[in-house]
Amino acid sequence: MGHCYARRLPIRKILMVMTSSNDTGAVSPVPPATGIPRRVEPAGAAATLGQHRLPDEPLVTIQHGSSWGGLDLRELWEYRELLYFLVWRDVKVRYKQAALGLAWVVMQPLLMTLVFTVFLGYLARVPSDGMPYLLFVYVGLLPWGFFSSAVLNSSGSLVGNAHLITKVYFPRGVIPAAAVGARLVDLAVASVILAGLMAYYRVVPTAAILAVPPLVALTTLLALACGMLTSSLNVKYRDVGVAMPVLMQLGMYLSPVLYPLSLVPEDWRWVYALNPMVGIVSGFRAAVLGHEFDWYALGVSAALTLALLVCASYLFRRVEREFADII
Amino acid sequence: MKPIVRAEGLAKKYVIEPGREPYRMLRETLAKAIRSPFRRRGGALSGAGEVWALEDVGFEVRPGEVVGLIGRNGAGKSTLLKVLSRITEPTRGRVELYGRVGSLLEVGTGFHPELTGRENVSLNGAILGMRKAEIEAKFDEIVAFAEVEKFIDTPVKRYSSGMYLRLAFAVAAHLEPEILLVDEVLAVGDARFQRKCLNKMEDVGQQGRTVLFVSHNMPAVTRLCPRTILLDGGRVLADGPSSEVVSAYLNSGLGTTAAREWPEPEQAPGNGVARLRAVRVRDDEGRVTDAVDIRRPVGIEMEFEVLEEGHVLVPNYHIVNEEGVLVFIAVEQGTRWQREPRPRGVHVSTAWVPGNLLAECTLIVGAAVSTLDPVRVHFFERDVVAFQVVDSTEGDSARGAYGGSMPGVIRPLLNWTARHAAGPAAGGESHMTALRGGTT
Repeated sequence: MGHCYARRLPIRKILMVMTSSNDTGAVSPVPPATGIPRRVEPAGAAATLGQHRLPDEPLVTIQHGSSWGGLDLRELWEYRELLYFLVWRDVKVRYKQAALGLAWVVMQPLLMTLVFTVFLGYLARVPSDGMPYLLFVYVGLLPWGFFSSAVLNSSGSLVGNAHLITKVYFPRGVIPAAAVGARLVDLAVASVILAGLMAYYRVVPTAAILAVPPLVALTTLLALACGMLTSSLNVKYRDVGVAMPVLMQLGMYLSPVLYPLSLVPEDWRWVYALNPMVGIVSGFRAAVLGHEFDWYALGVSAALTLALLVCASYLFRRVEREFADII
Repeated sequence: MKPIVRAEGLAKKYVIEPGREPYRMLRETLAKAIRSPFRRRGGALSGAGEVWALEDVGFEVRPGEVVGLIGRNGAGKSTLLKVLSRITEPTRGRVELYGRVGSLLEVGTGFHPELTGRENVSLNGAILGMRKAEIEAKFDEIVAFAEVEKFIDTPVKRYSSGMYLRLAFAVAAHLEPEILLVDEVLAVGDARFQRKCLNKMEDVGQQGRTVLFVSHNMPAVTRLCPRTILLDGGRVLADGPSSEVVSAYLNSGLGTTAAREWPEPEQAPGNGVARLRAVRVRDDEGRVTDAVDIRRPVGIEMEFEVLEEGHVLVPNYHIVNEEGVLVFIAVEQGTRWQREPRPRGVHVSTAWVPGNLLAECTLIVGAAVSTLDPVRVHFFERDVVAFQVVDSTEGDSARGAYGGSMPGVIRPLLNWTARHAAGPAAGGESHMTALRGGTT
């Protein structure tokens, strides 16, 4: 019996010590020391909360397999501020860390354009639909560069944000979406250079330039679909992260970035256009330089993007429940 | 009253494949699929690596209740919070939530070292589910609470760890969901800031919000939470008034395991150099015990396996009391292995704490093995074992004949000297003389 008392003693003692030594607590006074825990009875707050504010139906029901189906767009919309902040963080950190910051975003497509212009434009004499090769390549690199960097950034995003995923709930789709969104800022910067190049080559934009915003939107959706697929695969299979840069490199040669669509034999163009970036890159060029649109390729791009997006969101929704357990 | 949280039959299974990460290489899965295409893929093939972190947990919480969640490590407390906050999905069972949930499983989630304090407050607030307008409205309050006004536009990588944690906690403390889930995050900062955090938590409870609070800090639980749920082995073992549940927990021996062993080496803490096998508390006759006489020495024994030769390994213990105060750290000292690398195999190191030193309380042991110069920690397992120090009433311990409450972190038996310095003197000088006599 004595033994038992001795064991019980410490808690009460500590309680007394803790409650009586609150003199330095700066925020709120602590209930007087009693040694006996008090039931906290907030005068009206709890009662009103209970009687008036509790909904009849649960706000959230958690159970196994409850998140089946497509993306919950309503929930994503609710978390739009988080999306904004994650994009903002990505942009801010990148520009803060790199010594050259903004200059780097400008230099990358410009340097690539210069190298391609010298070797492919001047030496190999790759055709460019009658445009100066430099402008031709730059206009192609713009959507391609955005797409590939957005997908690459997005594919590593879930694994890179593992610490968030295991500690806080939010719709997981926000993360790959933010990674894509952050690259839109780069696209905007690179577009300013394009305007300069167009002025230099005295290319006057036609009404077709109005097609640029929808094309950017289409590219963003395509990148989002690819990003969601690859990032969720990357959680489970880490070699996806290694394979992506290689695939992106191949993708550039399979899209009309360095050469015009007209270089591909007409008989094979329908197969070629199954790469959704074909329609986008050629459409982008047509919009900026005022050429004819290839409506077939554009239509295929739009249809494939939509299909991919539906598949990706469905798959993502299915596997996002496991992220926290395996990441 | 209608509950705001209702959980029934919650179960959560984890599949652990020994010695490997949960993610895998695509190549392996493909190869497996090709070799045995008709076998179902997935971890549940053998059933050997299944761990039920939760088994049939059910409870209801009414609006405005502040509920403590206690239990030893691995009881399922953190898993339960993760399920309730929708981070991980239950394998079975369901939860109904009738309010907005905010969870605080860690302070500073999403803090980025390159961003300034101001930027991190916005970002962290958004991650925790605060609206932009809400963050802006509370910004000054948050900064004042964290006491970092002067450095708010400095990147947090230049903050001291105390400042960093204070700012991180301040953001979290200003979260205002209807249901707040809190994992042991109060162990941040110095004692003064900890008390400030506890007070803030108390405010939250008094504002009528519903709080679920996981903690190992029993005094904090009893103080903050009128009701406590005790989990063990993934089940609810007790649910009721905190004072009763907490003392039942402390008396049941659940909180005070005198010995802990890892029969499966794969699951033992450790790395490629050293791995923990067991930790035991022994009395001076060598018996494993969870209650020791305050007057007798107590031995804390660690059994570990050395897997790689050539390291000078230093076993060490971190002894914490129930309040979370670090009472002392003990580092192996005076043995031949202080300079000599330990050979491979099983080693046992015992630290003997002399009698008449510790206070009467529950002491919780953390066990670690490190290499010095450069410091590398091979394992550090907190809260491995615990034991009670029981004072005697026989009059020969430090409390002497005094039987009342005797706070203090340690209770050493000291050498006292006393002499009768002078006989009765006239006038009021006798007291001064006595004091002076004591110091000479």
